[in-house]
Amino acid sequence: MSELISDRAIDRSKMQVSDNVAIEINNMNKWYGTFHVLRDINLTVNEGERIVIAGPSGSGKSTLIRCINRLEEHQSGDIFVDGTELTSDLKNIDKIRSEVGMCFQHFNLFPHLTILENCTLAPIWVRKTPKKEAEETAMHFLEKVKIPEQADKYPGQLSGGQQQRVAIARSLCMRPRIMLFDEPTSALDPEMIKEVLDTMIELAEEGMTMLCVTHEMGFARQVANRVIFMDAGQIVEQNEPEEFFNNPKSERTQLFLSQILGH
Amino acid sequence: MAGPDKNSIAFVATEVIPESPPPARETGIVKWGRENLFSSIPNGILTLVSLWLIYVILSSTLPWILNGVWTTSSLAECREVLAGKTGACFSVLTERWNQLLYGFKYPTDAYWRPNLAFVLMLVAIAPVLFFDLPRKMLVFTALYPFVAFWLIWGGTIMAPVVALLGFVIAGAFFQKFGRSNFALGFFGGAVIALIVWSIGGALIPEGASENAVLSAVPSRDLGGFMLNMMLGLTCVSLSIPLGIALALGRQSNMPLIKGICVVFIEFVRGVPLITLLFVASVMLSYFFPPESTVDLFLRVVIMITMFSAAYIAEVIRGGLAALPKGQYEAADSLGLDYAQAMRLIILPQALKISIPGIVNVAVGLFKDTTLVSVISMFDLVGMIRGPILASTEWNGVYWELLGFAALLFFVVCYSISQYSQWLERKLHKGH
Repeated sequence: MSELISDRAIDRSKMQVSDNVAIEINNMNKWYGTFHVLRDINLTVNEGERIVIAGPSGSGKSTLIRCINRLEEHQSGDIFVDGTELTSDLKNIDKIRSEVGMCFQHFNLFPHLTILENCTLAPIWVRKTPKKEAEETAMHFLEKVKIPEQADKYPGQLSGGQQQRVAIARSLCMRPRIMLFDEPTSALDPEMIKEVLDTMIELAEEGMTMLCVTHEMGFARQVANRVIFMDAGQIVEQNEPEEFFNNPKSERTQLFLSQILGH
Repeated sequence: MAGPDKNSIAFVATEVIPESPPPARETGIVKWGRENLFSSIPNGILTLVSLWLIYVILSSTLPWILNGVWTTSSLAECREVLAGKTGACFSVLTERWNQLLYGFKYPTDAYWRPNLAFVLMLVAIAPVLFFDLPRKMLVFTALYPFVAFWLIWGGTIMAPVVALLGFVIAGAFFQKFGRSNFALGFFGGAVIALIVWSIGGALIPEGASENAVLSAVPSRDLGGFMLNMMLGLTCVSLSIPLGIALALGRQSNMPLIKGICVVFIEFVRGVPLITLLFVASVMLSYFFPPESTVDLFLRVVIMITMFSAAYIAEVIRGGLAALPKGQYEAADSLGLDYAQAMRLIILPQALKISIPGIVNVAVGLFKDTTLVSVISMFDLVGMIRGPILASTEWNGVYWELLGFAALLFFVVCYSISQYSQWLERKLHKGH
């Protein structure tokens, strides 16, 4: 796949994995009807980790990260986010969701609100931040993703890459401790992929805990500290990127990597 | 040479081609006519046929309208004035003007009250229709129903004040407790409102309405176009919130709530409005305790509101279904709770998609208010069919009266439709 992000040295000074556990998933299973989508998932993510989840389509990687903020419900096993267990308790769910940011493949910005309103909505209504302060925070993050000048436009007037950067800024405005990325670049043109990946790298450089479902193997190689390979609903292999790409152990991983990197 | 040679590949322009006027047949009215009216032989024939049709319609109606008589006091007199020529007897409109607008029993010296209520209505709905107006005007909008009730029905001012008080106290209770616990706030508020109304109702002395500033007018004395406007406005403004609630209920995960909403919507949609109105006028009294007298106007409002709410619910359900699932997920992932997600993200978008459908239902509802003439309420059509056409003076003046009714309804419905188109353009955000 494309190696789009090699033109700048990555500052690794703050990319440190701490000993504190951010997410813990124990023996988690999920079914859609009778279809067993996630099989016995065990995963511990420490604060500051940057994990890339790869795998063929339908392997359950999106479903896995969507379980972490309960956009999907798991049927057995347990998930702890920041020490809080995800159950059907709505209070816990809303609490965890306000601590966990998420970016979607199709951005899912709110088309009836301006860029600025998209970013201030959740801080104002969920965090009860005063409007003025929320707007200042929003402008701070819009500057960070390099589109402060678009603040008064509507999402429909922006390019795909700009929209995805707004979506990242919108999540950051809630000051999340963990960011989930669900194929953030899959719906973008190659030029725009780069701008979004650059934004994600900056985020990683600041020590954000990140879980990314992506096909950008260049990003995985350079930014991730761990790559997880999933197939048919189970974690098949996980390793440090260097080892994962150069010396994959399982046959399924080798096949996948040869297909995705071999052209 | 100004253009490239057909046979050469390389070419460089050496001179600027000067501007010149287009050929005469390519400009002005000639071009327009040729392109739009006579572009081919069949289209030319269609144009001629249409012109002929317009001529036929105008040549038979224009003399009738222009020759119209406006000042006579009966049909016979009018025919004398016309002396055999074609002409309309518009004098029925001038002579029965007040009856057409207010019905035939509304006290003549109190016509200013509905007139004032009408003017205030324009002020009250302005901030709802036009978002650029100051939001503080909504306070008046909230007070308007009570003011209008007092103006039109008259009687003691205590009644609307107690009603308003009930809403205010219930609203304050909901503000205080509804944030943390929606169910407690909502149902507690409802109970408190009922308590306020029953205590307040008991406190109003028996004969309070008799010497009131505004003389009391019973509902059966309301009539004319005023009745249509009152029914239309009340029912539209009640059925939109009810329709939203039903649409959300139908999407609910709770099977009982979903079931109730589905049964309600499907039942009401499957029954003709006219049967619901008969239920309102005749049958409902069997269900209420014998001594209670629920006002006929209120019963009709309940029935029409239920009817149009079911339709609006289906329109809004279409709007909700048209929203991508990602909008719900994005709202969820930011930690918004159900009420916030609906109010801030889902409904604004779903309602925008539903505007044409809602307007369609609203226009239909407004016209359907004429059906109350069937249950012997004297709305505009009821007045025409009953007291006016049955009178000896005006027996047989169908075209003028019904044409006038059509014109009044057309003006209102066309305005609603124009407003909705303006609103759609205004809400368009380039996606």
